Amino acid sequence: MNAQSGFAGPPKVKERLVVIGNGMAGCRAVEEILERDPGRYAVTIFGAEPRVNYNRIMLSPVLAGEKTFDEIVINGQDWYDDNGITLVGGDPVAGIDRKTRTIVSASGRVEPYDKLLIATGSDPFIIPIPGNDLPGVVTFRDLDDVDKMLAAAETGGDAVVIGGGLLGLEAAHGLSLRGMKVTVVHLMPTLMERQLDEAAGWLLRQELESRGQTILTGANTGVIHAVEGRVAGIELEDGTRVKADIVVMAAGIKPSTTLARQAGLDCERGIMVDDHMVTSDPDILAVGECVQHRGLCYGLVAPLWDMCRALADHLTDAPSGYEGSVTSTKLKVSGIDLFSAGDFSGGDECEDIVMRDAARGVYKRLVLKDDRIIGAVLYGDTADGNWYFDLLRKEEDVSDIREGLIFGQAFASGGALADPNAAVAALSDDAEICGCNGVSKGKVVQCITKGAHSLDAVRSTCKASASCGSCTGLVESLLSLTLGGEVETGPSTMCKCTSFTHDDVRRLIVEKGLREIPEVMQELHWTTPDGCSSCRPALNYYLLCAWPGQYVDDQKSRFVNERMHANIQKDGTYSVVPRMWGGLTNPRELRAIADVVEKYDAPMVKVTGGQRLDIFGIKKEDLPAVWADLNAAGMVSGHAYGKALRTVKTCVGSEWCRFGTQDSTGLGVKIEHMTWGSWMPHKFKIAVSGCPRNCAEATIKDFGIVCVDSGYELHIGGNGGIKVRATDFLCKVETEAQAMEHCAAFIQLYREDAHYLERTAPWLERKGLDWIKAQLFDDPETIGRLAARFRFSQQFSQDDPWAQRAAGDRKDLHSHLAQVRPLSMENA
Amino acid sequence: MMAAVGTWLDIGPTTQIEAGTARTLPVEGGEEIAVFHTMRGEFYALVNKCPHKAGPLSQGIVHGDTVSCPLHNWRISLRTGEAQGEDKGCTPTIPLKLDGGRIFLLREAVIAPAHAAAKSATTPARAA
Repeated sequence: MNAQSGFAGPPKVKERLVVIGNGMAGCRAVEEILERDPGRYAVTIFGAEPRVNYNRIMLSPVLAGEKTFDEIVINGQDWYDDNGITLVGGDPVAGIDRKTRTIVSASGRVEPYDKLLIATGSDPFIIPIPGNDLPGVVTFRDLDDVDKMLAAAETGGDAVVIGGGLLGLEAAHGLSLRGMKVTVVHLMPTLMERQLDEAAGWLLRQELESRGQTILTGANTGVIHAVEGRVAGIELEDGTRVKADIVVMAAGIKPSTTLARQAGLDCERGIMVDDHMVTSDPDILAVGECVQHRGLCYGLVAPLWDMCRALADHLTDAPSGYEGSVTSTKLKVSGIDLFSAGDFSGGDECEDIVMRDAARGVYKRLVLKDDRIIGAVLYGDTADGNWYFDLLRKEEDVSDIREGLIFGQAFASGGALADPNAAVAALSDDAEICGCNGVSKGKVVQCITKGAHSLDAVRSTCKASASCGSCTGLVESLLSLTLGGEVETGPSTMCKCTSFTHDDVRRLIVEKGLREIPEVMQELHWTTPDGCSSCRPALNYYLLCAWPGQYVDDQKSRFVNERMHANIQKDGTYSVVPRMWGGLTNPRELRAIADVVEKYDAPMVKVTGGQRLDIFGIKKEDLPAVWADLNAAGMVSGHAYGKALRTVKTCVGSEWCRFGTQDSTGLGVKIEHMTWGSWMPHKFKIAVSGCPRNCAEATIKDFGIVCVDSGYELHIGGNGGIKVRATDFLCKVETEAQAMEHCAAFIQLYREDAHYLERTAPWLERKGLDWIKAQLFDDPETIGRLAARFRFSQQFSQDDPWAQRAAGDRKDLHSHLAQVRPLSMENA
Repeated sequence: MMAAVGTWLDIGPTTQIEAGTARTLPVEGGEEIAVFHTMRGEFYALVNKCPHKAGPLSQGIVHGDTVSCPLHNWRISLRTGEAQGEDKGCTPTIPLKLDGGRIFLLREAVIAPAHAAAKSATTPARAA
């Protein structure tokens, strides 16, 4: 390369190394080279910023006021001087001429090179939306950006940070500490979704919200608004507006490749380099965030150190080669411990080990494949992050320490203690088992030997594991150690995702005030990241029942029928059942139904057992239009698809029937108006018969009323399904109003107590008729209180879901993404 | 990342599928495709048919990287299309990639899903 280096004799002329970029990668590369061969190169570094080399990843603490600029300088001016490095600051390179092997700077300075190193890093990704160039819109990349943010923060006010990734959250944290009211707008549903799974993302969100930040996820910024030429706020695509005195764009970075592209070097997303960081021109090298190596671009600092080593080895004739990096992430927000490494997306051959400790706010998840750790997410306790990361990078076989792995290095490395039972056995008698209730091992063992032979028995006697439940595993170990194989197992758990029963979960939701599905999963130590198709719908119902009017229904945790508000059929089409109050209809409704059948070519209409009409064969795309037509005739959803109030079946009663004793039809209509729309543990059917001949079959319904001359007999827990069960007689009341009050109270008791997917018949047999009677009648005020709670929750559920969809709500559920026509290349 | 070669068909931005749900893509003269977005932010495409009784998988509950069929609750892996647990059967998967916030499907597989079934499991695509 250097023509003169081969000659013997007088002063050896140094090769000229020109570095474009005075950032972390450029300077680190120079440091590595100097370490290997200090006399080999005459180095000139060009930097766009007019300052010495500093640690860019520490800008967050500078913004937050935890560090000063001086504290984050890596190499001061004396380093450049001592090593004979020429620093050209504040004069960015404008072009590379590969023929003459020179570069030219923005100010016109021409510098020849023998070797050129491109370390231009990355540029912030600017979202292409109107207003993105307004004064007050800043990025978070260099010290100038920090200065702009600090200037804005001086006067307080509102800040919007677009992007809920690592950088965005650090910016938000800094601005928040500087006294601004911060809103984070994130496109994806989970914060830091590239590093965190949903559970950890939720914990992080809770913590940030508790610190006063507003977090909007699934939020797409549409436009940045201005007032008098300066940023004033943003508007999301859904129309939400957020006020802002400053908008920080932290939506991602892209490799800075402009110079390399102009010079004709091979580039894809980044500048293409080989294992020695050499570009498509053998005299030009590149390193850092601007490069693409083996198909990957990195946005973190750790890979950079490895790249610089390989580069320096190559430039000093001792090639080693860079083979790519496994990266880990820590969030630099004080007070939040968060660690993520590797691949935690899971998969068929992967196993999850999850540990949740609600009391300490800890979530740990390890992903194993072939007995090796391939991913780790830690929240709240990151002490073992480095150990896991080490095991991950070294691809160590962890099968020997697997049992205790999740408890960390201290526990897992304890040799024989790696077996949890052995570890518990090794504990001393005064070792604390349950931190919440201060119960020692000795006490638990004592209570087991005195007859508490099950987890529940231990919980109810010495209180161990009765609060947060995080020591359940320890108590179970003690049970099996003390009793051998004689542990009594309690009622079965809700599903394989949890060790709690339905009753536990329902009770704890209320006791602990749990308000969202991820919160329940975290607090109750769910062993899967996002539940399963059994527990998700159950939790959704339990929360809906516990917090009426507050809980926002989670549509993705609903079975298809409840999500689509129609019944799916075997061919994937739907059937539609409009409500017919008490089984009554009229010409207008019948005409509307007939019109729908013709208009949408429904192949079948059937009279149901619940006294209404079922229209079959409707496509999901046509549902909103069908509903609009039915709504127009005054009909609403019949909830024939729901774990909900289905029908109130009636006979004609005293108005027409010669045997009728009361107005059973009228009462049925009133009851249906009171109860429609309510979500239940399972489907719920009511009937009102006008006399003991019971033409409405009230004695095989969940709640049945049989009218008699002297009043109304109330029956509960009937079922006409797989296992026919006649109702039990509950009581007799004198007035319609009393009948309705009892109906509401019984429904609410069922709603608040039964397990999800448990009909009233098995619920009644499990709890016993006496228990139900005691609940309702022991305290004369209970009926009124239950009925009041039912009516309260009804004000939020009697909103016709069909009308909402017909008006355009959740169009995505009813439309296709696109249409593919194979004969053309286009998708319509 | 993806071994498959061919033409990639742009089916629109990732934002049009809410995490934890799926949407459909009818193919004229072919099998309807379901495109899934998991709670963990991965995207997958499968023929919209359960191997059991051809139930529309797009309408099932998505959990982890599986979907539970709405008709009889078979659990299908979104990665491989294989039925999980005791059940046996496989739904063809369609190679999918993400680029610049948009979803791309391999055209050859879209129009000939049976052909794609022969290919091995797809790798997950994560949203950027």
